[in-house]
Parts: sequence; structure tokens; C-alpha cells
Amino acid sequence: MKRIILSAALTLAAGVAFAAGDAIEGDVVKQATNWTAIGMFLLFVVATLFLTGWAARRTKSTSDFYTAGGGITGFQNGLAIAGDYMSAAAFLGVSGMVFAKGVDGVVYTVGFTMGWPFILFLIAERLRNLGKYTFSDISSFRLEQTKIRTLSAFGALTVVVFYLIAQMVGAGKLIQLLFGLDYAYAVLLVGVLMMLYVTFGGMLATTWVQIVKAVLLLSGATILVLLGLAQFGFDLEAMMAAAVDNHAKHDIIKMPTSLVTDPISGISLALALMFGPAGLPHILMRFFTVPDAKEARKSVFYATGFIAYFFVLTVTIGFLAVTLVGTRPEFLTDGAITGGGNMAAIHLAKAVGGNVFLGFISAVAFATILAVVSGLALSGASAVAHDLYANVIKKGAASDKAEMKVSRIATLVLGVVAIVLGLAFENQNIAFMVGLAFGLAASVNFPVLFMSIFWRKMTTRGAFIGGLMGLVTAVALVVLGPTVWVAVLGFETPIFPYSQYALFSMAAAFGGIWFFSITDNSARARIDRAGFDAQFVRSETGLGAAGAVAH
Amino acid sequence: MDAIQEKILANPKFHELVAKRNRFARTLTLIILVVYAAFIAFAIFAPKMFGAPVLSGSDWAIGLLLGWLVQAFAFVMTGIYTRRANGEFDALSRDVLRN
Repeated sequence: MKRIILSAALTLAAGVAFAAGDAIEGDVVKQATNWTAIGMFLLFVVATLFLTGWAARRTKSTSDFYTAGGGITGFQNGLAIAGDYMSAAAFLGVSGMVFAKGVDGVVYTVGFTMGWPFILFLIAERLRNLGKYTFSDISSFRLEQTKIRTLSAFGALTVVVFYLIAQMVGAGKLIQLLFGLDYAYAVLLVGVLMMLYVTFGGMLATTWVQIVKAVLLLSGATILVLLGLAQFGFDLEAMMAAAVDNHAKHDIIKMPTSLVTDPISGISLALALMFGPAGLPHILMRFFTVPDAKEARKSVFYATGFIAYFFVLTVTIGFLAVTLVGTRPEFLTDGAITGGGNMAAIHLAKAVGGNVFLGFISAVAFATILAVVSGLALSGASAVAHDLYANVIKKGAASDKAEMKVSRIATLVLGVVAIVLGLAFENQNIAFMVGLAFGLAASVNFPVLFMSIFWRKMTTRGAFIGGLMGLVTAVALVVLGPTVWVAVLGFETPIFPYSQYALFSMAAAFGGIWFFSITDNSARARIDRAGFDAQFVRSETGLGAAGAVAH
Repeated sequence: MDAIQEKILANPKFHELVAKRNRFARTLTLIILVVYAAFIAFAIFAPKMFGAPVLSGSDWAIGLLLGWLVQAFAFVMTGIYTRRANGEFDALSRDVLRN
């Protein structure tokens, strides 16, 4: 195992070195000094591959593979959750949005943060008490396995794919700018490394890669802000005055603009941001890696702190960039920022810290993508292997070994899918893509999960039809809305006028669950409702919940 | 449902725990929702005031600082819940399970 990983690492290192050499001989000679960035990134890759080798020796059962044996502490898990959440799309997208539009970015980040207390108060400990490997364990706890698991697994996979696209696009743009390389190269590199981490190291490797990256990202962003503020002599008033002065829209950047001021879009966005995290499979999965409900609560507490701090940093980075990047011709091409709207933070790193710091921040951003993509792939693989294969196809009779094998194959397939879609969606705004993933999570996974925990009267029929209605509504509104109908398909006006749709799709899901449950008088409905008491006792006390596996 | 679950379900202490913890969780959830809704409503319905200076002559918008304050508030709320749930409620829960 170790030899395979090492030789893979060498192949990759050789590939990157070759590609970089290629770039230096090409048109982009001025990027030659970015050997620093390449070096730092390689250091991260080598370190994480060793980590993966270590984790691979400890990953023997499905429990190890999906949940790291349940032995992660609350603090570690808090960092890992924050790491999953602090994606490159959040880092680059939010600072890019502030750079372009000002305080609009803050309306997003408040929403990104507010979902966490909600998860803690109502979801986290119940999730830990009821589930084993995936959130579908809970959705289908007392309902008919085949239907609800299939629905939840598809809900999970759709979210995973949307999120993966956003990450892949980020990786492609970043390496284009950093190494002057082909977009396709980065997408391929991320895809291959992700497959290595997940197939060999499972959840243990994925968690530690995430922790390492979270620490790097938080410290990198802190240094970036400090260096930026130093340019203004740490005078916050001068910094903001300069931003307003230098931005083309001046005072307008202090006000929320049309993106968030139209009430329907605003409410939809707020709902998606608030309830989305409670339906993100790669985040929910992290609650199974801690030993008990106590540690699950602690994880959310730490995660919320790190996330809130991180977003204050990213917003500040956006405002700093308005002056320190936006007024310097070397970062602009034809009046717009070089490399696209998501590159504000990266240019800022060069402006305040030179090439070495640019290398560090770029390497961190790239590592971020790798870590988040790995978590996504693992949760996608668990939806395929644990939900679809072991519980739907094999009806719970799959051997541990067979399930592991399927999850590894699923990881490889997801890696290939991510690479292909990453190439296909090159020119989409990545913050919007994350918005799409959130909307889907909030309108399919979340309603079924939430109602199955709290509403005694929910039946299989209600959950299935309601969840499906949420899924269909969400997908239809995305396709008919501005993001796909106009931007991708090229029609003049969208059939559905809003790019935010969670209000409608969540209403469809909850309404569907309610209506098709209360009108359900089948024999199955009686079983579903009768199962609530046993589920209730376990969800409130943790009696019978899977504990940690000692190593 | 097995015998242990039946017993727990019949135990008044279990219902006391659930009622207490859920009331606390619901109250905190409601507070979070109201604070968040107020912030979003502020952004949607009063964008001018959102962008007004926090102190006269300053370029820092009220809405921006308020947004950060709301984020800090969310963190404090998770701390309050975690503290009480991991202390008081878990003790109650252990009590129920021991019976």
C-alpha cells in the first residue's frame, strides 16, 4: 500500500515539475518565480500522502472507512467541519464578491454562519444518536429502506456533484493564474489526488487532510489581513475610506444591491444558506466521526467560531483588495481583474507579501480545494456504497469487504465525473454554484431528514413524494432560471425570473411531505408511525447508538 | 420496541429531560431565526440605512458591522447551548439511562 502511494506521489511530482517547466518555456515567462508556490504545494501534497499512508494502515473496516472508527475528538472535528465549510469557493468567491459589490458579501456570510447554531440546537446530537455512516441512516430509520434510502442517496449525490463542479472550477482558475498552466491540468491533478486520499485513507485521511488545511487557511488568511492592514498603518477607517474612494461604485458598495434586495430572492437565499448546511452530506457525515453526542455538540461550537472568524477575514480581504489590487494596473487586464472575479484574494497576497506569500496563499487555496473535494467524494461514495449498494440492492446483507470495495470503486467513478464536469463548467461563477448546492441540500435532504426526526406522522409515502417534489422543483427552477436558461442555454429571458429558488422548492418539499403523509392510510404508514417511539428514545438518549471503535 | 425503551418511555424523568432540553433548544432556535430574519429584512427593506455610517464621518457601514456582530452572536449562542447540554442535560440523561 505504502509503495503504491509513494510511487503515485512521485509520478504526480514529476508531472507537476514537467508541466511547470513547460510553462516557463512558453509565453508566460514572468511566472517563473512561482517555483515557491509549486514547492509549497508539493510539500503539502507529499505531507498529505504520508498522512494517507498512515491512515491506510488503520483503515480496515467500513466503520474505519466512513467514520474514522468514530474516534475523532470534538475539537478536531470542529476544525474538520470548518475546513469542509471553508471551501475555496467561499474563500475566493466571498472575497471576490466583496471586491466587486461591497457589503453584498456580508449578507452571504451571515447566512453561511447562521445555519450552524440551528444544526447544533436541533440536528447534531440526534444525528449522532441515530446514525451510523450516512444521514440516510436517519432519514430511513423507521421508514421503508429501499425508497427513502434511494431518494436520500440521489439527493446526496446531486448536492455532491454541484459542489464538486464549483471546487473543480476554482482549482482550474487558480492554477491557470498561478502556474500559467492549462485549466485541464489542475482539474486532473485535483481529481487524481482526491481519489488517492479517499480510496486508500478513507475518513481518517480525509479528516486529517481537512484539519491540516483548516489550520493553514485560517493562519494564511489572518496573515493576509494583517499585511493588508499594515499598508494602511492599521488604520481601519483609512482602509475603508480608501475602498469607498477607489471602487468605481463608491458609496454604493456600502449598500446591499439587487442581488439581495429583491424580497423573493433574498428570502430564498436566506433559507438556502440557513438550512442548506443541515442537508450537506459531507458535513452531516462528520457527526458520525465523534464518539458521542457530547463531542458532536462541541464540534459545532468550535466549528461555528472558526467559521465566523474566517468570514470576517474574507470580507476584510475583499475590501482591502479594492484599494491594494483594484488600483494597480499590473493586476488588471482591460480594466477588469486578471484571472476573473474570484482572484481578488490571490492578487492581494502578491500585492502585500510578494511572490513568496503569493505562493503560500495559492498553495493553501489549492490545498483547500483538494481537502473539500475529498470530503465530498467520500460522502458521495458512502451514498453509493452504504445506501444504494449495501442497503437497497443487498438489503443490508452485504459483507464488510464487498461494501468497502464498492465504496472505493464509487470514489474512482466520482473522481472521473468530477474531472469531466469540472472541464465542462469552466466559465461559471463559483459562488453561485455553491448557492445551487445549498439550495438542493435545503430542499431535498433537509426536509426529509428534519421531518423524520421530529414529525411522528410522517410516512414513507409522504417522505418519498415530498422529497421528490423538492428535488424536481429545485432542478426545474435552476434549469428554467437565469443561471441555466439564459447563461448556459442562451435564451433571451428566463422562464423562472429568480436565480434563488429555495423558497419555492422547500415549500414544495415540506408541503408534499405533509399532504402525502396525512392522507396515507396504508399498512406501511402504520408501521412508519409505530416506529417513532423507539426512534424518539434513541434520538434523545443515544441508547443503542454506535460507539467509538478503539484502535 | 424493546423492554428498555418501554421503560424509558414510561419514566417521567425522561420526559422531563426531553421537555427541558427541547424547550431550551427551541427558544435558542427562535432567537437565532428572529435575529437573522431581522438582519435580512434590514438588508432588503432598508438598504440606505444599512449603508449609513456607523459613526458620523466614518465609511464603515452600520449593516457591515451589524453582520459581524450577528456572526459573533451565533458563536456565543452555540457556546451557551453546548455548556448547558453537556452539563445539566447530560447528567439528567445519564440518570434516566441508569434507571
